[in-house]
Amino acid sequence: MAETAPRFLRPVTAPGADVGRAIGFGAEHALALDCGRMLPNWTCAYMTYGTLNAARSNAVLVCHALTGDQFVIGNHPVTGRPGWWPAMVGPGKPIDTDRYFVICANVLGGCMGTSGPAEVDPATGEPYGLTFPLVTVRDMVRAQAALLDALGIERLLCVTGGSMGGMQALQWAALYPARVVSAMPIATAARHSAQNIAFHEVGRQAIMADPEWRGGRYQQEGTQPSKGLAVARMAAHITYLSEAALQRKFGRSLQDRAEISFAFAPDFQVESYLHHQGMTFVDRFDANSYLYITRAMDYFDLAADHGGVLAEAFRGSKTRFCIVSFTSDWLFPTAENKRIAHALNAAAATVSFVEIESDRGHDAFLLDEPELFAAARGFLNAVAQSEGVA
Amino acid sequence: MTAPLRPDLAAIAQMVPLGARVLDIGCGDGALLEHLAATKKVDGRGIELSQQNVNACVARGLAVIQGDADSDLAEYPSQVFDVAILSQTIQATRNPRRVLSELLRIGRRTVVSFPNFGHWKVRMSLGVRGRMPRTPVLGYAWYDTPNIHLCTIADFVELTRNAGAGIERALALSANGRTYAMRADSWGPNLFAEGAIFLLRPYS
Repeated sequence: MAETAPRFLRPVTAPGADVGRAIGFGAEHALALDCGRMLPNWTCAYMTYGTLNAARSNAVLVCHALTGDQFVIGNHPVTGRPGWWPAMVGPGKPIDTDRYFVICANVLGGCMGTSGPAEVDPATGEPYGLTFPLVTVRDMVRAQAALLDALGIERLLCVTGGSMGGMQALQWAALYPARVVSAMPIATAARHSAQNIAFHEVGRQAIMADPEWRGGRYQQEGTQPSKGLAVARMAAHITYLSEAALQRKFGRSLQDRAEISFAFAPDFQVESYLHHQGMTFVDRFDANSYLYITRAMDYFDLAADHGGVLAEAFRGSKTRFCIVSFTSDWLFPTAENKRIAHALNAAAATVSFVEIESDRGHDAFLLDEPELFAAARGFLNAVAQSEGVA
Repeated sequence: MTAPLRPDLAAIAQMVPLGARVLDIGCGDGALLEHLAATKKVDGRGIELSQQNVNACVARGLAVIQGDADSDLAEYPSQVFDVAILSQTIQATRNPRRVLSELLRIGRRTVVSFPNFGHWKVRMSLGVRGRMPRTPVLGYAWYDTPNIHLCTIADFVELTRNAGAGIERALALSANGRTYAMRADSWGPNLFAEGAIFLLRPYS
């Protein structure tokens, strides 16, 4: 494997855009995927923050959610806006980059430099598109493990993330228990529910119904399924909020007008907000990648991989867990998070479970939630102290 | 961090061996668990009903889970903890007998502390004044008290027999916070102790 010049072939942004660091893995490091196919010659793009200590004992892996990427903090090279978790990660923050070495990798199937449908297949010289193999959360974790091997990091002080990032944290603890000192899955679940799969299918159908999608070959044909991807994002975005948060933020307020227009242009502020969310999303995300990653989340069911008994996934685990949920999160509700905590108890694992009072829905994990930060800081500090991390 | 530990908790802490695996049910703000981690190097876990208390515990670096002694103990495997602690909580459970049985199943040793409803002030209040007792230990009015299953020391001793528990140690708590060893079946502590702490083990 070798550090490669970062490639960035997604047609929605300028070629050669910065994707941070990237490591190219050759055929000898081919990934054996859950779907049965091998992925030779693949790339993992990532970012690191802070400094790895001499004992290599202060590494924290942060896993991003569905539409996140490796740019956790700092300015994002595509959007020019701050990374996705500046409240949690940084100097003096709960995941303190003055103390910990933070790694975040773009997931397998993603579109920020790691191999995925938007990247060029080295075997054909054409973008993979739908010829890219279907990946799972476990495949994403295997790819991250290969990255850590390449970086010479054997053990993680903590692996954390929200939503799909939490799924990866759970998968890490189940797949590589000896490498994970602690795990902090936030606003997540050990399986994707029927409702969650249903919402994802609406998003995928919106993309595939866009004539510009061209059977997934839009890169070759020079089109963009922007409308479909924007609708997918709009539908999904509603699930990240709560009824109370939408009501508080927008109510029935009208957008730039005093009266309703008796037409279909956006009358309401909430409509124009969603349009904005959809439009800005297509500037930074690939439609096929959205299909692949939502599918990976749908396939996630940790208990199914262990004879239907979730506790079996963590049998004998020495990992310390801190599970966090939010009261108004109806996408990954407290009940799903508590199910994880109960399974960990049944496996006699060390587990904390924190439910944070918030009316901001699933997205609360990305926002300014002091109780989340206090819990994360205390949990991580206790783990660091027990591991002798200064 | 180093605030003095409540006397009854200090007495419980003395019953916990070095390096033990401890489950503290109703751990409150985590004072006992934190003390045990610092002084006895225990591997401690807590269950606490109040989410606010749980969040405070986790922020202190303790492994605590929001849960209910009445419903959640069934999920714990058998005999995985050296000591299961139920401090000033049994009187607030819906089914004290089942909770005690679960504790005896989960822990190799079980510590239970509770306020003594046989204390003379309690008896005076009901017997002479004809009013439900309100004491410094039992400070609630009858209509809003969480203490729905109060008992005397003698009542508790009977429960341990019914639940198949052996009494290894019994301590009486006095009003001034002192603890002294007692014979669990004698009438004196049942009249004069404000509370009691029992160290139990399951009969096998």
